[in-house]
Amino acid sequence: MNKIWNEAKECMSRDEMSVLQSKRLKKQVDYVYHNVEHYRKKMQSVGLEPGDINGIEDLNKLPYTTKDDLRDTYPFGLFAAPQSEIVRIHASSGTTGKATVVGYTRRDIEIWSECVSRALTMCGLGRNDIVQVAYGYGLFTGGLGAHYGVENLGATVVPMSTGNTKKLITMMKDFGATGIMCTPSYLLHIAETIIENGDFENIKLRAAVCGAEPWTEKMRLQIEEKLHLNCHDIYGLSEIMGPGVACDCELHQGLHIQEDHFLPEIISPETLEPIGENELGELVFTTLTKEGIPLIRYRTKDLTSITRCPCGCGRTTARIARFKGRSDDMLILRGVNVFPSQIEAALLELSETLPHYMIIIDRVNNLDTIEVQVEVEERFFSDEIKELEKLTKRIEGVIKQAIGLAVKVKLVEPKTLDRSEGKSVHVIDHRVFD
Amino acid sequence: MFLKQVSVFLENADGRLGSALNVLKNENINIISLSLADTTEFGMLRMIVSDPEKAKTALKSAGLSAHLTDVFAIKLPHVVGSLQSVVETISKAGINIEYMYALSTKDENACIVIKPADKEACAKALEGMKLDFVTDEMIKNF
Repeated sequence: MNKIWNEAKECMSRDEMSVLQSKRLKKQVDYVYHNVEHYRKKMQSVGLEPGDINGIEDLNKLPYTTKDDLRDTYPFGLFAAPQSEIVRIHASSGTTGKATVVGYTRRDIEIWSECVSRALTMCGLGRNDIVQVAYGYGLFTGGLGAHYGVENLGATVVPMSTGNTKKLITMMKDFGATGIMCTPSYLLHIAETIIENGDFENIKLRAAVCGAEPWTEKMRLQIEEKLHLNCHDIYGLSEIMGPGVACDCELHQGLHIQEDHFLPEIISPETLEPIGENELGELVFTTLTKEGIPLIRYRTKDLTSITRCPCGCGRTTARIARFKGRSDDMLILRGVNVFPSQIEAALLELSETLPHYMIIIDRVNNLDTIEVQVEVEERFFSDEIKELEKLTKRIEGVIKQAIGLAVKVKLVEPKTLDRSEGKSVHVIDHRVFD
Repeated sequence: MFLKQVSVFLENADGRLGSALNVLKNENINIISLSLADTTEFGMLRMIVSDPEKAKTALKSAGLSAHLTDVFAIKLPHVVGSLQSVVETISKAGINIEYMYALSTKDENACIVIKPADKEACAKALEGMKLDFVTDEMIKNF
């Protein structure tokens, strides 16, 4: 069995955990009420005062928070700590081009690092390991979040970031890296590059910690088989913290949530009522110790189920099952959050009325591909190839500007794209997530 | 001076050309000449037909993207340099030729279809050459 980083917290009895969560929830609600106007107004509008929340049993009295709340208060409106206490900002893409901004106090960074250290320990890594972090470094929480966690663990971090696979493999061998953190699709790409070169000598990888995009159990097993290592699933979202909110242990029976910091719930996305254990619904988090941007009942839109029965690894923390999709239409492409509405808004820049379009997502050689098919309507028509190619490039340009990812635009004949009754389908996702 | 050409946008996929030609056959429209420009994704079918207006309407009601474009169709004698002198006149006037293709005729002469970037300027440039243009009227009896 792998070690446990913080046995006192990760293995506490369910009763003790409930007491701790209740105590922290009460404090967190009191803190946001007095420091975030948006939350104070939200609570007042339903006649709630901090004194009404006495423990986790009162959780469902509290209103939900969504990405809209973050957008409406852009950039710092939901921050509870003054700027002088905020030591770092991260941001993720939003639905209308406006980023979702989050801020961390020094203590938030410490807790985040602690959570990542717990996850890495779950994956069998420790201070004697050399870990390559191949998530993007920057506004995205992946790179820096993983980085601080590895340092906190006492292991040696190699901040590779993304983009240079050849160099990554060379250093993997030369340094004798034993751990790697990156997106699963990128790791499969790395694995295939190694296999192509047929050179497994000097590869010492033991554990991989993958996340930031949807993937399948099949992919996880594929990575394990190709690279002869243990591959783990790490989950997180910038609104709540970043990677490390949850991770699976060596038994791979769901992802352990760091429950002393993040209180999970599963609700029905339709009725918004909480639903029972092992039932599929939308994951909702309430931060319990956050200072920078505490969030109350934040709807992640990720669909999963939860179990609180103890795990064979010794941990007692609640576990979430592998994600089954989203309750909204957000797509995660190459680790980037993309809403079809962003692409639609970009197409509207071309002219006043929206052309008929279809977004086709696929995964080719483990990399997500995005094709946007646009019908050639009257106003776009030209009988010159040159003009049509110019049009294609122009559409590709506005979409790239909007979502930050390169897409391929394909012009198609008019009236060939599906016009379904009612809500028309604009996305066809060929990727398989089991 | 101008001749109406039917242009049809087609996806570069199985059966697309066939479906366009099928429409013309069913409407009893004769294709006098055509050129097919292709890219990896799509193709542009350009045709001189016996009844361009009817062809356009029929293609459109079949759901295809069809348009009429004004082009020049010039009869040229089978003599060395006859095409060269036309092209030289156009290029000296600073007009780009977007595309061109041959038009089959029943008479002795060759015939070339030219689509210039600026048709009015091109018409002006060709005025003095005393060329023999094929017109919409003539096409009906081809």
